[in-house]
Amino acid sequence: MSTHDTRPGSAGGADIAGPLHGGPDDDYTPEQLAAMSREELDLLGARYDGVEVLHVDPGPEPGSRLEKRAVRQVGWTWALAGLLAFAFLVVYIGSDWFLPDWHWAENDGDTWSTLFTPLLGLTMGLALTLVGVGLVLYTKKLLPHETAVQDKHDGSHFDRVTTGATLTSGYHNSGLARRKLLTRSLGFMGAGVGVMLIAPLGGLIKNPNKGNPLGQTSWSEGVRLVRDDGSPIRPGDQQPGSLETVFPAVPGGNRQSDAATMLIRLRPEQIAQDAPREGQEDFGYGDYVAYSKICTHAGCPVSLYEQETSRILCPCHQSQFDVTQGAKPIFGPATRSLPQLPITVDDEGFFVARSDYIEAVGPTYWNRERI
Amino acid sequence: MAATATAPGTPTTKIGKAALEVDDRLVVAGWTRRTLNKVFPDHWSFLLGEIALYSFIVLLLSGTYLTFFFDASMREVVYNGSYAPLRGVEMSAAYDSTLDLSFDVRGGLFMRQMHHWAALLFVASMVCHLLRIFFTGAFRRPRETNWFIGVTLLILSILEGFAGYSMPDDLLSGTGLRIMSAIILSIPVVGTWVHWAVFGGDYVGELIVGRLYIAHVLLIPAILLALIAVHLLILVKQKHTQFPGPGRTEHNVVGNRLFPTFAGKATGLLFIVFGVCAALGGLVQINPVWLWGPYNPAQVSSASQPDWYVMFLDGSSRLFPAWDLNLPGDYTIPALFWPTVLIAGIIFTLLLMYPVIERKLTGDTASHHLLQRPRDVPVRTSLGMMALSFYVILLISGGNDVVADKFNISLNAMTWIGRIGVIVVPPLVYVLTYRICLGLQMHDREVLEHGIETGVIRRLPHGEFIEVHQPLGPVDDHGHGQLAYGGAPVPKKMNQIGAARRAVRGFFSPIEEPSQVELEQRGEGRGLAAGEAGRELTSSGRPADGGRPQEPRD
Repeated sequence: MSTHDTRPGSAGGADIAGPLHGGPDDDYTPEQLAAMSREELDLLGARYDGVEVLHVDPGPEPGSRLEKRAVRQVGWTWALAGLLAFAFLVVYIGSDWFLPDWHWAENDGDTWSTLFTPLLGLTMGLALTLVGVGLVLYTKKLLPHETAVQDKHDGSHFDRVTTGATLTSGYHNSGLARRKLLTRSLGFMGAGVGVMLIAPLGGLIKNPNKGNPLGQTSWSEGVRLVRDDGSPIRPGDQQPGSLETVFPAVPGGNRQSDAATMLIRLRPEQIAQDAPREGQEDFGYGDYVAYSKICTHAGCPVSLYEQETSRILCPCHQSQFDVTQGAKPIFGPATRSLPQLPITVDDEGFFVARSDYIEAVGPTYWNRERI
Repeated sequence: MAATATAPGTPTTKIGKAALEVDDRLVVAGWTRRTLNKVFPDHWSFLLGEIALYSFIVLLLSGTYLTFFFDASMREVVYNGSYAPLRGVEMSAAYDSTLDLSFDVRGGLFMRQMHHWAALLFVASMVCHLLRIFFTGAFRRPRETNWFIGVTLLILSILEGFAGYSMPDDLLSGTGLRIMSAIILSIPVVGTWVHWAVFGGDYVGELIVGRLYIAHVLLIPAILLALIAVHLLILVKQKHTQFPGPGRTEHNVVGNRLFPTFAGKATGLLFIVFGVCAALGGLVQINPVWLWGPYNPAQVSSASQPDWYVMFLDGSSRLFPAWDLNLPGDYTIPALFWPTVLIAGIIFTLLLMYPVIERKLTGDTASHHLLQRPRDVPVRTSLGMMALSFYVILLISGGNDVVADKFNISLNAMTWIGRIGVIVVPPLVYVLTYRICLGLQMHDREVLEHGIETGVIRRLPHGEFIEVHQPLGPVDDHGHGQLAYGGAPVPKKMNQIGAARRAVRGFFSPIEEPSQVELEQRGEGRGLAAGEAGRELTSSGRPADGGRPQEPRD
């Protein structure tokens, strides 16, 4: 079939738009439109879109001082933006080529590496800002200012009724209201397929109650207390009033999130006040006590020890614990004492743990008391 | 004319012909004209949402650049890059690649900092945009849907930001992640299960950075992008709200057409936002991860603050008392649950549902396209200020250790100031705002009734001194103005109703003829000289026909 085929039964040559095509093309012939000026056409189109241009403040008069000045301002702004963009390229590409190296240098003598990033920011930032400023100046100073009003339409009753009819006749024709078996199987199928599609997310679920991961650490009987570098500690190593962070002497012990422990040597006057928690009187060794470093509030390492007041402060939420009262919280949002590690000294005279912590370290959770 | 050779209206220029070719295929002329003719109202506060949109574009562009270099893995490696102080230190590949990105990628540090600054600007402009919408009542019917989408965008952006700054695996981000882990654990009943699902086991595991990464670069941005698209489509469909003013009604929009004025200004703003982000990214250091060092669960530095949009949660955690709830059966709801999950949940639920709550309370179910001035809705304005003061106290408390340090105040005193302030200040702010709103309302009405104070004192024949007032419209027999308050700003100074002529333009020297300006102003009835002819010197100083109200200043 070719487009020139005009025999009955062919669609060629007789394909004319139907009577519903219509629109503004029927109101205005090409000749009428051709006779109108550009401004008239602009306003005519705007009127079709419900827009009325009420008032136009023309831009500055062509050739006036006002216009010349505005053109100069915009022109120079953009020229400067171009210049700065070029400067960015020079800094970015030229460093380490015809300019000094941009890499970070240990001695501060190398000024260029210090200036590299600020220069990139300065040139690109100013260039882009000036592009924008130029545009704003252009619209404000050189374009005519018009005040336009556009109509806002409420919903059309005709559209609602006809759309509703189309939708309901589709539903009506489907017969779903009568064919109960289909609606039921549709619901069943929908639920089944839906659940099936999200079911693989179940792979994320793991049982937190298998073993006792939250309640156990690597500490156990006979595990030495070692410093971050792995060296063991003797009772004579620390000054009274000092604190040292210690870890269990197991592989990777110094990177575990729940094992970090503070070994504190109390001063004589602190020992005099010392009131350990009930049943934990013998957890210390001599003037040494060991408490978990993991805050019982949100799990941050409690790090700041003020030995004059015997307080340990957590820098995250300012919970404060008193080491002479079994690390009881005395200020801030923490509710539980820091767990105490029972310690003693082994045959070679190094500190060892007597057992794991007797309670879970770190933040409280729902079933903590039960495990 | 060339046009006579062909059918009328057939384009003769190259561009015109090309446009015809396009329209023949796509039929887009009508749609394009409608779009170009769309009218946008003009007000500085309508730009806040635009700033959010443009900073989001900066985020997409700079973030994509960062993915070329970032390795979201917790595999242990030994650093061997340019930054000497950390050479030989064991760290995760994520932190290692962040350092490489900062020190060994040309311009990488600039891009990273620009990304971080743009993120701060993104959330900040969203919050300002939200406040504008709230205080002007722009969320009322029919725009509730866009309010819901907007609040969802805000929540998702906060999560997006948290995921972003938790990824480099430096000491600060690890501390934030540790607190997030504790918050998840604090959820009653399912806390440990959720924690095991999110982290793949006990804290910290080996998966979380990779999971944060895919959430940060794909899941959340995709949802954000889709929601922003819907947000804008609804905005275009419903048309923008406008402040009341001359000729502005519930059934029209007064302003500029999209093309060229609005498009010009919006594109200008886009470049300015880009420029500000770039300048901040290069000139102002942010999150120098190399100073924090790699994450180590046993270490923390003091003054550990999250990015500003999470600080209110940090503040609420610091202020909330140590209240564990011990339930029968040895179950516990930890103290951390209340200020982080519960309070945040309440804050965002109230925020999300506010349009519904207000509709229920006021019974106002009508459609509104004209905005309200905050003073005209004192209850809402006061509620908003109350909520804002609550939020700001939490925000400041999130950095109360820094305040305590810099101003030499006791840390515990700062905590107590926050605890008491968060309860006492919001009601005070409510009452104060309410009174200010009423005062402003009354002053508007007073000016409408009695006119503007001119500062001219006149002695009447019987010796009484009066100040001459300039009415804003027709007056009754007693000289009282008859104009009703229309929800638009009321001029309060003579200059605002044209008592002074405008300044002659020119910075160093005038670029206009002063006499020309005088003439033009006289024609518009501006300036004192313009009113000279009609001035009555014998009356009480209340001209029957006053000056005309000026275009609202909004």
